[in-house]
Amino acid sequence: MASFKFNNIYLNDWLTLMGPLESNSKLKKIDLKMDDYYFGEKTFEKAEAKMQKVVIEKILEKNKLNYNNIDLIVGGDLLDQISATSYACKEMPTSFLGIYSACATFPESLIIGSMFLNDKNIKKVLGITSSHNLSAERQFRYPVEYGVPKPHTSTFTTTAGISTILSKDEGKIKIESATVGKITEMGIKDANNLGAVMAPAAARTLYEHLEDLKRDVDYYDLILTGDLGCIGGSIFKEYLNRKYAIKLKKHLDAGCELYLKSQETYSGGSGPACLPLVLFNKIIASKKYKKILIIGTGALHSKTFVNQKSPIPAIAHAVSLEVI
Amino acid sequence: MNKEEYKKLVKQMSPKEPKLRNAIVAFLAGGSVGFIGEVIVRILMESFSLAKVDAYAWLAFIIILFATFMTAIGKFDNIVEKAKCGLIIPTTGFAHSVQSAAIDYKKDGLVTGIGANVFKLAGSVIIYGIISAFFLVLLKVVLYG
Repeated sequence: MASFKFNNIYLNDWLTLMGPLESNSKLKKIDLKMDDYYFGEKTFEKAEAKMQKVVIEKILEKNKLNYNNIDLIVGGDLLDQISATSYACKEMPTSFLGIYSACATFPESLIIGSMFLNDKNIKKVLGITSSHNLSAERQFRYPVEYGVPKPHTSTFTTTAGISTILSKDEGKIKIESATVGKITEMGIKDANNLGAVMAPAAARTLYEHLEDLKRDVDYYDLILTGDLGCIGGSIFKEYLNRKYAIKLKKHLDAGCELYLKSQETYSGGSGPACLPLVLFNKIIASKKYKKILIIGTGALHSKTFVNQKSPIPAIAHAVSLEVI
Repeated sequence: MNKEEYKKLVKQMSPKEPKLRNAIVAFLAGGSVGFIGEVIVRILMESFSLAKVDAYAWLAFIIILFATFMTAIGKFDNIVEKAKCGLIIPTTGFAHSVQSAAIDYKKDGLVTGIGANVFKLAGSVIIYGIISAFFLVLLKVVLYG
């Protein structure tokens, strides 16, 4: 069992920077946006590193902080060796922990950050994550300009950079409890159907979270899964019902809540930035929900293992948030 | 629920790809490329009085140039989305795969980028193309001398 409650840990502020498609989507609020995928850099990878750098600098500026006020940076992204994050932070005189759990990186950064804040020497933690559609496309799929018909189950990597500040000072959102997920693999090998790969991991984490904390699913105003997509989201609900007998009513999937139908993103958005982007700029911006359980879902997808015909393992981490 | 049952559930809940429709679209799109090619060959033979074999060489050049150009201006992938595999299978697809890889890896250096990756997608077409050509010729020689 790895569920725990936190005492007085808060998500004080957040900042999002989104790509051109995301700024014209179903989101209610735009913090910062970029008009093209290069963001003034020569390559997409450098653009992604710059996106992270910008969200870090701007959130510090907004909160009148400098690097000396931050005790630890926790973050990661999708690129090999989480290089966008490493390059974004290379000039920062702050302790750094790089993390990877694909699209579950954001809740993982909240969990690790909150754990560190239990130590009295750690006052402020900065969490970061990002994903870039074209750098991900290059790394995991085909060259950017290569056209290939995609199946309906495929998802579209979100372009966004996210920074968050965690501390013990009372703030906008309370990080109430969390559950660290277990790697789950249900024999799906299709890299074009990552929603189906991740759905069992999400269901398992939700079930264990509710069991560990002895809660009913109705305790939450909303269960927000990360990036299962519209198809993965319905597989998740069906699986949850059949395997754990949990009937989910108040559920949304961030991937399915992001893009407009006309944007032709197949089953919906994906990527580490998808969940926080929808959470901050749509769910929290709508002010409708108080108790939110976010379940970040990551397909721990390796091209090499997929080519060697291995099924894809997945992970899901849950964090319970209370909007103050 | 075990893995087999889960696979069944996934199959049942994932929308079916319209394979027949895609195949018809690809057939028509690919066929039109062939048709246009034939028209170009006729024009080359009659208006420029080229020999048949030369006209086909020119046609390959024109089609490859077209696909490469459309890829370079970033339009070819949008057409493929509509035309399905109809444009991927003919020479246009080969040119497109080489060009898109070249654009992508340009920034990774001349040798480590373009040189190492330009045939990333087209490499299998070349290698299996050569192998099947070898065996077909062998068969021809054995059968017809």
